[in-house]
Amino acid sequence: MNVYLDNNATTLVDPHVFAAMEPYFVQKYGNPNSLHHFASETHPGIKQSMQKIYAGIHAKDEDSVIVTSCATESNNWVLKSIYFQYILTGEKNHIIISEVEHPSVISTAKWIESMGCKVTYLPINHEGLIEAHSVRDAITDKTALVSVMWANNETGAIFPVEEIGAICKEHNVLFHTDAVQAIGKTPVDVQAFNVDYLTFSAHKFHGPKGVGALYIKKGKELIPLLHGGAQMAGYRSGTLNVPGIVGMGTAMEQAIDSLEFEMSKVREMRDAFEDELLKIPDTFVVTPREKRTPNTILISFRGIEGESMLWDLNREGIGASTGSACASEDLEANSVMEAIGAAEDLAHTAIRFSLSRYTTQEELNHTLAVVKRAVARLREISSSFAYAPDGHVCGLSEAH
Amino acid sequence: MGIDSLVGGTIWDEYSDKVTDLMNNPQNMGDIKQEEAEAMGAKLIVADFGAESCGDAVRLYWAVDPETDIIKESKFKSFGCGTAIASSDTMAELCKGKTVQEAVKITNIDVELAMRDTPDTPSVPPQKMHCSVMAYDVIKKAAAQYMNVDMESFEEEVIVCECARVSLSTLQEVIRLNDLTTVEQVADYTKAGAFCKSCIKPGGHEEKDIYLVDLLDAHEKEKMIAGSSLGTAAGSNAEFAKMTVVQKLKATEKVIDENIRQMLISDGGDMEILDIKENGENFDIYIRYLGACNGCSSADTGTLFAIENILKEKLDQNIRVLPI
Repeated sequence: MNVYLDNNATTLVDPHVFAAMEPYFVQKYGNPNSLHHFASETHPGIKQSMQKIYAGIHAKDEDSVIVTSCATESNNWVLKSIYFQYILTGEKNHIIISEVEHPSVISTAKWIESMGCKVTYLPINHEGLIEAHSVRDAITDKTALVSVMWANNETGAIFPVEEIGAICKEHNVLFHTDAVQAIGKTPVDVQAFNVDYLTFSAHKFHGPKGVGALYIKKGKELIPLLHGGAQMAGYRSGTLNVPGIVGMGTAMEQAIDSLEFEMSKVREMRDAFEDELLKIPDTFVVTPREKRTPNTILISFRGIEGESMLWDLNREGIGASTGSACASEDLEANSVMEAIGAAEDLAHTAIRFSLSRYTTQEELNHTLAVVKRAVARLREISSSFAYAPDGHVCGLSEAH
Repeated sequence: MGIDSLVGGTIWDEYSDKVTDLMNNPQNMGDIKQEEAEAMGAKLIVADFGAESCGDAVRLYWAVDPETDIIKESKFKSFGCGTAIASSDTMAELCKGKTVQEAVKITNIDVELAMRDTPDTPSVPPQKMHCSVMAYDVIKKAAAQYMNVDMESFEEEVIVCECARVSLSTLQEVIRLNDLTTVEQVADYTKAGAFCKSCIKPGGHEEKDIYLVDLLDAHEKEKMIAGSSLGTAAGSNAEFAKMTVVQKLKATEKVIDENIRQMLISDGGDMEILDIKENGENFDIYIRYLGACNGCSSADTGTLFAIENILKEKLDQNIRVLPI
């Protein structure tokens, strides 16, 4: 049985989304900016899709929602534009981000830091949450931008975007939030909160890969990252990704329609699954579940290195995720586990299960059985639970 | 950049069938209890290496015949990824039937070779090589316990790249003889730095004492000095040894002024000599770094090697430079 529990990485494309996109490949393939009927026949679909996207995040018509190629592009765009508009000109010298932002924010911040911008990296607390007062404490009269994600990809922790937005408004500082993990999992409303820029990506909510977006509030203009043929009102040049826009529009509509289901039914299944996982001895979950997106569990199994857990899950058809050192190509440690100050011996034991509205109870039952078998097998192998004769001085804590 | 570099792959695809099989069914996984060792007439050795906080840890059990030093049984327990488990298993297998003295000679490279399906195809991807290093270290730890000696006594030389087991002296020689200037060249000549990449520069998977960039930096500085100095030695070995302490200080100061200080000042730093002490056959020169040298990452490696090498060449081969 194949079970996909890595929905914070990417999601399957909703069949309605796929069906909506299909005509725009071989039938309505015109370039929307041309002057002929091949172009015109794409316009209604694009317009309706953009309306759905605007509605999904409660953007006003006077605001701009620019379709990009991915969330990474959107995040890069905001930080680099702020650098060119405010830092390079000397008007400001500082930005604030959290230490658990996506690499597309952290790496970009480090790059502009290398060119002289001061960057504050806000810490998360033991629950994996950003505390809004830390934003207030870090703001100076030279702060150009605060960029804090809406929800964290690893833990699912929902950050206090409303309070942070209010603090930014009070201090006249621009506020960007990466809402990639929030759309379709928690209500996102750019009018209710003070948000100047908001990033999202279609493939995280059952849309296609290769389409992202950036919301820009009216009057909070950015300079383009991509110059060229002045598509998207000159904000972002490049031939419009028509099937992608249609796919994102439909996916957004579906996500909003399913939000209630996600927040009740998916949450219920997640909670029950988590209860069962926590019955396994020596397991730990980071953020309290009411402060998380409804689909995410980050759980540590003491004594089991994350990649070996993924190995055993994968052998039985289950796809999950770990931020552990050995699993990634670049051998990085799990940044969130380090940041929350988890016990050192748990730093490499975290596994992320992320559900979706397509996850079934049967799949979770199968996963639970497999997890139990894997825990038994891998703890049998593990040195953490191994026999030692009387008088043996354990050397397992020595750093190397 | 090839396609593989651009789109990546999964590291698991690069595991040999043997690694996969051993991860699924490790053959020597388990423990040896005190009673079991006694029943074999053997001495039980239990050695640990690594730490869960670092991502991998292993506990090795040996039952050793005290008469012959032969390892009669060898088992392991391991916290780690598939490579760590498979290489611990292979390591335990390779120990069996060997004497402790023979087992110490097993390296992580032997372990990796033993896990290959075919002689020419590596059993694990490059970035996983470091997972097998632990298997080598734990053998030394077990042997040190059995022989009641210090673990360091098995290391005949300073190893800079543990994955490929390349020593400091080899690297210094290869860099000098071939006038290497980039880490890519070092990897081509020696394989050092081609695997987990921790030894290339600070900030990698593991912290190191010496990095390849330091060695390259030292070589560059030596070349610069060799080019600028007239090559006149301040005195022969015998002369330096016969000098009074004050004369030694003056001679050292002169070499530093003529050959070294300019290089430090150009980097915004400087140094001063604090003391010279005779220590057996060695002359220990205590120095203090000033300005930008103070706290510079190469102050204890590349720059220090350069200073020491120049003083050795100009004054006495038995000089050691100790920064305080």
